[in-house]
Parts: sequence; structure tokens; C-alpha cells
Amino acid sequence: MADDFSIEKAVEQSVQIPEQSPSSFFTQLKGFWLTFVTMFQVKKVQTIQYPEEKALTAERFHGRHQLNRYDDGLEKCIGCELCAWACPADAILVEAGDNTPEAQYSPGERFGKVYQINYLRCIFCGLCIEACPTRALTMTNEYELAENNRGKLIFDKEDLLAPLRSGMLQPPHPMYPGTTDTSYYKGEVTGTHPSQEVK
Amino acid sequence: MTNSELIGTDPGWIILVKGVLIFVICVVATLLSIWAERKIVARMQVRIGPNRAGKFGLLQSLADGVKLALKEDLIPKAADRIVFVIAPIISATACFMSFAVIPMTGKVRLFGHTTAMQLTDLPVGVLYILAIASIGVYGIVLAGWSSGSTYPLLGGLRSSAQVISYEVAMGLSLVAVFIYSGSMSTSSIIEAQNKWWFGVVLFPSFIIYVISMVGETNRAPFDLAEAEGELVGGFHTEYSSLKFALFFLAEYVNMVAVSSLATTLFLGGYHALPGLGFTESWLGGWFTMVWFLGKVSLFFFLFVWLRGTLPRLRYDQFMQFGWKVLIPVSLVWIMIVSTLRVMSQQGAPRVVVVAFTFGILLLVFSATSLVDKNKARIKAENRESLKNFPAPSFPVPSLPGKTLNGAEEING
Repeated sequence: MADDFSIEKAVEQSVQIPEQSPSSFFTQLKGFWLTFVTMFQVKKVQTIQYPEEKALTAERFHGRHQLNRYDDGLEKCIGCELCAWACPADAILVEAGDNTPEAQYSPGERFGKVYQINYLRCIFCGLCIEACPTRALTMTNEYELAENNRGKLIFDKEDLLAPLRSGMLQPPHPMYPGTTDTSYYKGEVTGTHPSQEVK
Repeated sequence: MTNSELIGTDPGWIILVKGVLIFVICVVATLLSIWAERKIVARMQVRIGPNRAGKFGLLQSLADGVKLALKEDLIPKAADRIVFVIAPIISATACFMSFAVIPMTGKVRLFGHTTAMQLTDLPVGVLYILAIASIGVYGIVLAGWSSGSTYPLLGGLRSSAQVISYEVAMGLSLVAVFIYSGSMSTSSIIEAQNKWWFGVVLFPSFIIYVISMVGETNRAPFDLAEAEGELVGGFHTEYSSLKFALFFLAEYVNMVAVSSLATTLFLGGYHALPGLGFTESWLGGWFTMVWFLGKVSLFFFLFVWLRGTLPRLRYDQFMQFGWKVLIPVSLVWIMIVSTLRVMSQQGAPRVVVVAFTFGILLLVFSATSLVDKNKARIKAENRESLKNFPAPSFPVPSLPGKTLNGAEEING
């Protein structure tokens, strides 16, 4: 059986390797034609003029965080610190504070009094978002996080809070009359009540 | 009146003015050509290129120059300080000097004085340019050596070997021009191209010159001296600030210089394209400079095009190409040219000339076909010897359909 291994058979069965020597002169001219034509194809240009025009990120790109609000302006964050515990990079600091019935920052007993994310540490893994029980913390598509100073990259609560939309009231203010934190959580509060205005 | 007669009566101050003008033209050409190169290469690579500094990014190279000048000037501890400083100066000076004999215009009026835009007209102008180009190599070698570091040394050695090798081919390609024009002075070579450009008559010389000028200026695909992937930056790795800027300047002025020489020797210099000669008499002498610069930029575009298209050669391929292809081909070509020249000077009948040309063509074709046949034969022999190669006694991977012990493969 040994002759089955002969090189002769191997050579016959082997696939021809394409010629390795340089291609002919005229084949090489094709390359010159390609670069020449490309020069005039203005539409093909891949460059994005960055500061003026920005590339769209992927829909679910992990960018800067945002602290969301309920529709009457109360913050969703309850200061539970689950995000900080979930963070593998130890980038989040939360200190909770107590709400009073007249001055609620968030529905329920507690709210995030201090909320800081250190963007020099954050690795944008999104584990904090998964940990958040009230969907208070989500991520935006904003990626321009550059500063000339380390301190400026520690974002405070004011930097992270979502802006007040029309119809929202700046907390602290009382909760919507006749609701509990559960009704907020279930999405039953869809706007402010005139009595919520703090006189 | 020829250029040499026009220049001969120049007073000292006109010479000075022309010197300054040539210097300014070179520097501005460098700034513009760096910008143009970056723009063109960018478009070839589906990019935009510099577009921030000034309109269309035109001031980009100026800004880069200012940035370079403001940077810290480092001299490594191991460097030979004096040579380290002198090397870029040699490089930059040498590249400017070759412009002294390049005729940029025909008869022009400069401050009420009739002259031509050419600093001097040496009877051996082209030889002078070759000599200056060789001095420029010293800048590179000394820079590589004096840096006291390995990569610059290797880059410097490569570069010098490269420039010297390709200068041989370049010099040989110029010999045919000398034979045809009967002169080595740049202006008389231009005059000798009144009927036909040498780029047409001596086409093989032209091709050889164009190839060797790319090798001579260390440009892609022959930029082995500064092969970034292998040698960091080559001879100028240790240089910074203005000294680096001088090398950069030298590279681009050199490119313009060899392009100007190509224009002068092969494309009729500052004269208009054939059939457009009336522009010279209608628009005056200064317009000839437009033709000159136009032809030079054509060569410059070629440089950029090559860079945008071809990958870098391997060092041994490059040397083989220079010594085993370019030089023998130019030697044979010179023999043919000189034979034809002697024939025409001695009034040989046309039949003999035609017969000689055909004979040469026949020889060339048979030689190339012989080479091809030889290559094919060697390949066939290799294949044959491979077939008779004895089966190896050591274990080899199984062939399709077979297992190692020779049994039929079940899943095969």
C-alpha cells in the first residue's frame, strides 16, 4: 500500500497553484487606471467632516448616561445604588436622600441625592442599565466626552438628568394626588396635577 | 539669440535677482507640491485630504512648516554633533543648486533687462546636475551615520546604495540625449528638440530616465530608504524640528529638480507643445514659464500616481531591477543609438538604416522568446523532478480518500 503515498499521485491530485510571478505589464496597468478613475469619483469619498457633520451611531450605541424622569417631572432614580454595585469599573457614586410628602424628588421614600459617574473610569458596558430597577438610568447615543481636565469628566446629577419636557414640573414637589410609587412605576401618572405646584 | 548669449551679458544684480527668484520658486513649488500630493493621493484613496488651513487647505504645508520650526530640536547623545547638523544642510543645499542650470523661460524682460530665466548656462550643465545629485547623497549617508542609531544607519546605507545604482542607469539614459543633441548644455539640448522631442525620438531613454529618477529621489515604489514598516523613518529617524524640515524640503525640491531635468531633456523644456508655438510669440517670453511648469507638474503627478498605485519593492528586487535590467538595456540602447547616429552622419543609404533597425528588432524578439522558452523549460524540469521524487519515509498527512495506514476512509 505504500506506493499509494507516492509524490507522483499527490502531484496529480493537487490543485494547481496560480502563477506567483509578477503579472504582465498590461495587467499592472489596470492598477494605474483604478487609482486614476478613483480620483474623479467624488461621490465615493468616505471622509466625514467630523465636527460639522457627524456620523450616526448605531441605534443602541452605548454613550453618555441619562437619569430619566416621570411625566410629571419627578426623577425615576430612587437611590438604591444597584447601578453602583453592578459597575465593574467602580465609576458610579450614589448617595440616597429622604423625600418628604411636600417635597418629593422621586416617588416613594428615597431619591438619589448625590449621583456621579466618572467617565474616566466608565467602560460603557451597560451593566448599570441592566441593574436599574426603575429604568431611571439609560444610555444616550452621545459620544463626545472629551475635556481638558479630569474634574470635568466626573458628571454630576445635574449633568446626567434628562431635561424637563413641557408639562413637567421641576422637583421637589408633592406626588400626583391619590397615587403611590407603584402607580408611578406602572405608568399611570401621565402628567402634572394643578395641586402639585409648590406655592 | 540662444539662452547662453542672453545670459552672458547679465549684470551682477540681475544674477542676484534671478537667484532669489529661483529660490522662491523652488520653495513655493515645494509648499504647493506637498499640498497637491496629499490632495491627489487622498482622492486616489477615497479621502478628501487637507482642507482646513486656508482655502482648499492650501496653507496646510505652511502650517506644518511653522509647526516643525517651533518644535524642540533634539540631538541624540550618541550622535556626532557636527556631522549631524551639517547633513541636512548638505541635503537642502544640493537640491537647490541643480536649478541654476535649468532654463525656465526663453527670452524675457526682467527689470528692463533682456535675459532668460536661467541662472547660468554651463557647457556641461547636465553633468553638473548629476554631480550635485551625488553630493546630495552625502547628506543622507552622513545623516544616517551621524545619528548613532541602527535604523538611520541602515536607511542611510540603503539610500546611498540605491541612489548610486540608479544614477548609473540615469547617466546612461542621458548619454543617448548627448549623442543626439551633440551638447551637454541644457539650453542647447532644448534648442536641439525644435523638431522632435527627445522623449519621442529616444523613447527607451525617456522611460529609463523616468524610472531611475523615481529611484534617485527615494520615492515610492522605491522608497526603501525610509520604509516605515522596516526602518521607522530611515535616515531621518533621529531628526526633529527644522533639521527634519530641511530633509523634507530637500526631498520635494529634488522631485521638482529631476522633473525639470526630464522636462528639459525629453519634453522640449520651456517650449510650447507642438502646434501651439504661436503662444510663445503672442503672449511673450514669460508665458513659456507656464509651459515649463505645466510639464514639470505632469512629472510631479506621475510621482504621486506611482505612490498612490504601487506597493514598495523588496530591496533585492529593486537592486536586481536596477543592475540586471535597467543598466544592460540602456547599454544596448546606447549602442543602437550611436550606430544609427554614425550611419546618418556618414550618409549611409536609407535601406541600410532600415535593415539595421529591423535586424535589431529581430534580435530583441528572438532574445526575449529564448528567455521565455528557457523559463518554461526550467519549470517543466522542476515539475518532472518532483514526480520522480521518492516517497517519503516519514509520516505525511493523508491524501484525500486515504488514511495514514492506507485503509479506505469511511467518511471520505
